[in-house]
Amino acid sequence: MAAGTFAQAHTLPLVGLEDAVHEGPASKRIITGYGFWIFLLSDIVMFSCFFAAYAVLLGQTAGGPTGAQLFNLPNVAIETACLLLSSFFCGMASVAAEIRSHRWFQIWMAVTCVLGLAFLAIEFHEFADLVARGAGPSRSAFLSAFFALVGCHGLHVSAGVLWLLTMMAQVFAKGFRADIQRRFLCFALFWHALDIIWVGVFSVVYLLGSAA
Amino acid sequence: MFGKLTWAAIPFDQPIPLVAGGVVLVVILAVLVWVVVAGHLPYLWREWITSVDHKRIGVMYTLLACVMLLRGFSDAIMMRAQQAVAFHSSGFLPPEHYNQIFSAHGTIMIFFVAMPFVIGLMNLVVPLQLGVRDVAFPTLNSVGFWLTATGALLVNVSLVVGEFARTGWLPYPPLSELTYSPTVGVDYYLWSLQISGVGTLVAGINLVTTVLKIRTRGMSYMRMPMFCWTTLASNLLIIAAFPILTATLAMLILDRYLGFHFFTNDGGGNVMMFMNLIWAWGHPEVYILVLPAFGIFSEVVSTFSGKPLFGYRSMVLATMAICVISFMVWLHHFFTMGAGPDVNAIFGIASMIIAVPTGVKIYNWLFTMFAGRIRFTTPMMWSIGFMVTFILGGLTGVLVAVPPADFLLHNSLFLVAHFHNVIIGGVLFGAFAGYTYWFPKAFGFRLQEGWGKAAFWFWLIGFYVAFMPLYAVGFLGMTRRMQHYDVAAWTPWLHIASIGAVLILIGIICQITQLVVSIRHREELRDVTGDPWDGRSLEWATASPPPVFNFAFMPDVRGEDAYWGMKQRVREEGAKEPDYKPIEMPRNSPTGFVCAFFATLMGFALIWHIWWMVIAGLIGAYATFVVFAWRDHDEYEIPAEEVARLDRANLLARRNLVTAAGSA
Repeated sequence: MAAGTFAQAHTLPLVGLEDAVHEGPASKRIITGYGFWIFLLSDIVMFSCFFAAYAVLLGQTAGGPTGAQLFNLPNVAIETACLLLSSFFCGMASVAAEIRSHRWFQIWMAVTCVLGLAFLAIEFHEFADLVARGAGPSRSAFLSAFFALVGCHGLHVSAGVLWLLTMMAQVFAKGFRADIQRRFLCFALFWHALDIIWVGVFSVVYLLGSAA
Repeated sequence: MFGKLTWAAIPFDQPIPLVAGGVVLVVILAVLVWVVVAGHLPYLWREWITSVDHKRIGVMYTLLACVMLLRGFSDAIMMRAQQAVAFHSSGFLPPEHYNQIFSAHGTIMIFFVAMPFVIGLMNLVVPLQLGVRDVAFPTLNSVGFWLTATGALLVNVSLVVGEFARTGWLPYPPLSELTYSPTVGVDYYLWSLQISGVGTLVAGINLVTTVLKIRTRGMSYMRMPMFCWTTLASNLLIIAAFPILTATLAMLILDRYLGFHFFTNDGGGNVMMFMNLIWAWGHPEVYILVLPAFGIFSEVVSTFSGKPLFGYRSMVLATMAICVISFMVWLHHFFTMGAGPDVNAIFGIASMIIAVPTGVKIYNWLFTMFAGRIRFTTPMMWSIGFMVTFILGGLTGVLVAVPPADFLLHNSLFLVAHFHNVIIGGVLFGAFAGYTYWFPKAFGFRLQEGWGKAAFWFWLIGFYVAFMPLYAVGFLGMTRRMQHYDVAAWTPWLHIASIGAVLILIGIICQITQLVVSIRHREELRDVTGDPWDGRSLEWATASPPPVFNFAFMPDVRGEDAYWGMKQRVREEGAKEPDYKPIEMPRNSPTGFVCAFFATLMGFALIWHIWWMVIAGLIGAYATFVVFAWRDHDEYEIPAEEVARLDRANLLARRNLVTAAGSA
């Protein structure tokens, strides 16, 4: 389902500029999905600013600890596994929504939610630990950029969990109505996009940061 | 309980803001009392505040822009007056107040005048030009407008509760950091812009999706009116640039609220990163503003020359070229950073290259006029005034794009004159042209021409009298934002500039008079056909004002200048009674207004560190989101008979016009 929207979103804008007959407005499902893709694009632009700031400030430790001294890679690996797996189960929930299975939809969404919460718990623990060791965001510009970037992703995941629970409640109360299906499509896109950004965070912040 | 907010926040010792704020407050209260007493409140709530109709939202955006123009202009005239008298004297504005005034002037004019003006016109016109019934996301559209209004409200609240930023229209660190700006001024700036920035992003997503996904049958890309193309380009820029502003301001917020070190002097912060980030948004921003204006001029020049736009394809190409290149020139705002000759040269050349597509556009408009039957109406006057003025502003722009010249002119009044030259001469003249051109479409009657022309001439001459002297004092070495000075040679120029500001004031008074006179004489100015200018695009193919569903039946487009072609066909073939069908339209929703209420609450609480209120606002916003998501019926149906009733009278008037013109 998500893949189908992906293909549709990518047939534009340059192909068909010269079409003699334009068929008229697109369907609601395409309009909603397309608009949400554009929102995700803008969100990724915002993240790219935080990535850029991190790259600029990476060496500015102001005499404080560096990434190599602070990052606990095994911990981050578990965190990453949680998030990537949650995306898989979100995909399963999409399949369940497609075949309109209430039971499996709720089960897979619950699993997605638990994995998302586990991710958040590990991240929160990491942050608390850093602050306790005197390596909070006000210690150095490097740590400011680290907390802002990773924290911004964490805030997105938290908002995603709230949205996820709302979706579960909506499907429970109203079933797989067309507008709720469209909304769930957007949620799934959002959840997968957070994964893509996390792949960037994992590589740029943790892997490169540990080497530095 | 109330965070940093105490009675000391009200500036009892400063008469100017207190009196100004008091007057505004009395006016607002008087209007509110009148609205309630006269029983207009249910109407306003039903038809405007909760409206998700793109035309109504467009009108409200434009109204917001006009009101804020008055506020921004009063700041401007105070600055001109201050500088006219501040030779060897402290003038009548104390420095801390003067600094707030120039900061508020820039912030308001860009974010709450220019932006809502162009977004309002795009909202009003684009769906009509595309031949469709609505935008992609009607309720979000309303949310976007109300969040913009929230930002404007917070900026105005700062007049009486606390103070506004003293850091200029872009809060450069380290001045804007807590160390040097410990009061709430910068916080007002930051939260107003974060909230209205979300509104702008929503508008951008909505309009891009509308142009790309919702066009009537036959309206392929290369048949879209030019204004739709510039809308597309401008909103693509919003989507790519506004998140940068959000991220940059978020970093400054983290510095100020949580002790982060993004832009601080200590802890390894990097001030120049702020300049790079803010201008990576800031330069595309000027094209976000001016591209829609270019679209308006294209429509106006083509209509009033009675010819299709010359070089339509080259115009499309020029628009999209500007859209891309505008992201590659940001460094010219700080050549003096010291990035070295190579970097400066590349950005200098890129800045000159962007003048090329703009030049293409000027020639296109000139050749559209060439051999046309030109009607010198008010919108056409604004367009011609724009062409002359904008070329001048563009040329001084190419001048400051030369890095060695820029080292001399950086931060001087020459620069101030340059960007006013392009923003007033380009964006504002465009907005006024669009306002006069589409006013009959929005309200069903034309604006009176005489007062409109008077306003144009006062604005045009006032602009030259106000800003040409600033080029001169810039050459004489005067830097921007001076509260007082001691160079005698500058004084005469500044006196002339203040006369210019008075001329512009007379222009604004003419515009207000024009509106009042037009409303009183609306029956004589009535537009019964919906096509008052003999227009070429589809917004003229429906009644003025259009019914809520815009078109009784979706137009079938068969070429460029869609409506022009339809008129020709009706003349040749005659027309038949259309087959009316019921129409589904989105229901009105208070979501936007409620969202803005909580956003205002939250913004105010964040500025004053009232944390319980922040949490209350957050919960309120989430609850609004859930309630909106829970609704069961978001559309209603207009029966076919009703559609027919609304459409028939206009159709008859329109046919009579077309056949009369055909036989003449």
